[in-house]
Amino acid sequence: MSPDYAGLFQALGPEAALVLGALAVLGLDLTLFRRHSLDERLRLALWMGSLAVLAACVHVWRGGTPGPVFGGVLILDPLAVATRLGVLVLTLLTLGVARGATARRQPAEYVAVILLAAAGLTLMAAAQQLLIVFLALELASLSLYVIAGFDRTRPDSAEAALKYYLFGGIAAAFLLFGFSLIYGVTGSIELPEIAKQISVQGANPLLMVALVMVLVAFGFKTAAAPFHLWAPDVYQGAPAPSAALVASASKLAGFTLFTRLLWPGLGAAAGNPASFNAGPGWLPAVAAIVAASLLLGNLVALAQTNIRRLLAYSAIAHSGAMLLGVMAAGRAGPAPLFYYASTYGLATVGAFGVICAVERAGRCESISDLAGLHKRSPFLAACLAVYILSLAGIPPLAGFFGKFTVFAAAIRLGGVAAPAGSLAVLAIALSAVALYYYLIVLKQALVAKPAADASSIKVPPAMALSLFAAAGLIVWFGLFPGQLLGLF
Amino acid sequence: MSLLPWSIYVSLAGALLALAAGRHSARAARWVALLAASGAWALTLLAATRFVPGPGLQTLVDHAWLPSMGVHYHLAADGISLTLLVLTGLASTAGVLFSWNITERAGEFFALFLTLVAGVYGVFLSADALLFFAFYEIAIVPKYFLIAIWGSTNREYGAMKLALYSFAGSAMVLAGLLWVYAAGGGHGFAFGDLAQAAATLPRHQQIVVFAFVFFGFATLAGLFPLHTWAPTGHVAAPTAASMLLAGVVMKLGAYGCLRIALPLSPVGFAYWQTPIAWLAVIGIVYAGLVALMQTDLKFVIGYSSVSHMGFVMLGIAAANLQSVGGAVLQMFSHGVIAGLLFAVVGRMVYDRTHTRQLAELRAMPLHRLMPFAAAVFVIAGIASMGLPGFSGFPAELTILVGAWKTNPAWAAVGAVGVLVAAAFTLRAIQVSFFGSVDKPQPAGQVTHLEPITLAEKAGAILLISATVLIGLKPDILLNWINPALQSPLFQTVLRGGPS
Repeated sequence: MSPDYAGLFQALGPEAALVLGALAVLGLDLTLFRRHSLDERLRLALWMGSLAVLAACVHVWRGGTPGPVFGGVLILDPLAVATRLGVLVLTLLTLGVARGATARRQPAEYVAVILLAAAGLTLMAAAQQLLIVFLALELASLSLYVIAGFDRTRPDSAEAALKYYLFGGIAAAFLLFGFSLIYGVTGSIELPEIAKQISVQGANPLLMVALVMVLVAFGFKTAAAPFHLWAPDVYQGAPAPSAALVASASKLAGFTLFTRLLWPGLGAAAGNPASFNAGPGWLPAVAAIVAASLLLGNLVALAQTNIRRLLAYSAIAHSGAMLLGVMAAGRAGPAPLFYYASTYGLATVGAFGVICAVERAGRCESISDLAGLHKRSPFLAACLAVYILSLAGIPPLAGFFGKFTVFAAAIRLGGVAAPAGSLAVLAIALSAVALYYYLIVLKQALVAKPAADASSIKVPPAMALSLFAAAGLIVWFGLFPGQLLGLF
Repeated sequence: MSLLPWSIYVSLAGALLALAAGRHSARAARWVALLAASGAWALTLLAATRFVPGPGLQTLVDHAWLPSMGVHYHLAADGISLTLLVLTGLASTAGVLFSWNITERAGEFFALFLTLVAGVYGVFLSADALLFFAFYEIAIVPKYFLIAIWGSTNREYGAMKLALYSFAGSAMVLAGLLWVYAAGGGHGFAFGDLAQAAATLPRHQQIVVFAFVFFGFATLAGLFPLHTWAPTGHVAAPTAASMLLAGVVMKLGAYGCLRIALPLSPVGFAYWQTPIAWLAVIGIVYAGLVALMQTDLKFVIGYSSVSHMGFVMLGIAAANLQSVGGAVLQMFSHGVIAGLLFAVVGRMVYDRTHTRQLAELRAMPLHRLMPFAAAVFVIAGIASMGLPGFSGFPAELTILVGAWKTNPAWAAVGAVGVLVAAAFTLRAIQVSFFGSVDKPQPAGQVTHLEPITLAEKAGAILLISATVLIGLKPDILLNWINPALQSPLFQTVLRGGPS
């Protein structure tokens, strides 16, 4: 079969649009816009970046022919298309949020790196070959390290980037080691071939070692306990738009990739979801990560006073729930997980957007810095209420259906007595605990009176549009959950 | 009947409009709220006139909501839901009238108030357990903000405790529902489907599932010993929120027990019936005794609510046609009477005297300063004690007679609760309003209080008329309720009896 370069090029249209967009942003900033003010340059860069993302969306929408691309290097299935669109929408919202951030040095570079990260993330969504998986992951990760450390005026930001980079680097090493073992065992780097080999060979101790390596790496990437240590510092130190991207689009693409790798690729080595005594597999290890993330995330979040650290621990807890969705994806399909991850992303981008907006008028570190938000900006307070209540899983917001569908799928694996089912019950119980810390945030924003020196907050139109769109999508997908869940 | 779903939509639209109107003025917001609340109530009354009682839920709307999981947007009503819908309309309209003095963030207040009301209407109309659950949570969240923002004594504590208890209860319900749903192969959440699915579970699992769902709902109904959120929540809440909380929100829990938990697993219910009944009667007597000891007038009413809700739970636990019919009647009756009591204590007395301490109220000649409030409180107290002529009488009597048929001991202890209720109610009336009748007025005393407003009078008269009407003609409601209990779902758990 001759290589189908036309098909490959068509499938990579979105990435091409993003990279060209990044180059255009950089080029124009260096030439035409050079003499404009910083704020003006940020505005222009964001507009061009948004155009590039929209162009990428069009490419995904019109997309290549469904099915494997270029001999199976990429796959364009509904999950890949949906994840790419999800990633692009979340990136677009992040760009809108970035409009409200105070203009730093090199605004164009910031936007260009965000676009490169988005290109890595969309590639992750479709990758079906271990080399591409690794390349996509590294492209995304390296870009994210850069934007995490972009605020050079604050040591926190540098600390965040360094921690993120070191942890991420180690995770990448684990992943590569795991991949090489998988290649050694199966003799292939293509997921369908790997799956075939594993189902022929059966469980193999070396394969188990490889699986552990891969799980450790993804544990790092998705900030699941006990590999979560970088998350609170990155969420706290990184500029708000960067944290938003790390917490939303990168999570969504990561979970899609993880599901693809574990089920179509390594599904034969999963073990029995109804009972862990039936044989080895990766399900028990994922179950342990789920339990640790749910417990640690929810319980430690109770003690947080910093809003960003609180969101980080809540993210760890949500990672646990999403991993539960990964466990259930073998039977229930990726729909519940995708729904959960994408709507979680919307709420997180929004929450960081609100933090970013509050930072325009002063500090936004401790939860009490949100005090009296309802007076300072009713719009922001209303949006924040939607995001936080969605994170807490209150109907009719999308977060509720995310939890509901994932937990239902997990319980259906083998009833409540089976491991996944009992984890779902644990998650439901902990969601009652989580309500406490979410309400603490809303108490400050909606109940408390503003501090004496607090001024009202002006939100730039692009940012307001972004926040409104995020809140609107959360309500929309909550009222009509079938629109996302019916995609697969 | 097809008008009933509009009660939800009218309330929600009212919430949005009130929010918008509140940016203009508090006055506009409260008129919007009054129109929305009374409009929704009018819809329920209009539907009631066209209602043909019968067994089983009469479907109003049925759309597939989440087809892949078998969730339907299925609204339906029977005599039980209709009774509670009318109560919701009444309580919310009166609640707006008793919130006429809210000026701080009035738009947001009425928006949250009406959202809560919409959630309550939704719960009473749901014929799909997941939809029921969604509306149930919509009703829980606004309560937190209503109490935390506009509340009084220890409001942040009371609000958080209430929210966490409610949410923990609903988490138990969700776990139980998903358990049964998965056992049924994921077909759907229609009440009948769930009951069929639960029947396939082994007995010990049915017992646990039933406990999850029943006690999850019973938390919100204030079943002893899960009731501790109720007094602190009621006391901290602003008047209208206490009225809704005691008047209708606690009924959500009891309604969930009756509509979802009971038919879900007759096997599980058989196991738990005796413990539940004893918890209910202990709650009746215990909460009554605690009410007798309170020094804060609103705590007296708060505990009395727990005590009266104990009757509802006893009626449900006794599980015969008569006792359950009485329980639904008691839900209506208590909703009206508790609303009235909270209105007098929270709005008429506390907003004017700024105290609820019995010792301080005793020193004020309230019967002279506020004769209208005194009269209303006496009427509400008499109704609350269950004297003939008021709705509490037929309700509690039916429950006790019904309970006697299942187990005389429950009825006997429950009857002690009626005596305790008389004791704490009389004490509250005597001390708060007539404490200084035979004493000379000390110097430097309050001699003038702001007069009772028209809105308050209107609200009080509405509620009093309702309790008298049902007290004199309980058949109006019983003729709706009793046929509904003949539905096949209830037949599996309820023992027959003349009704």
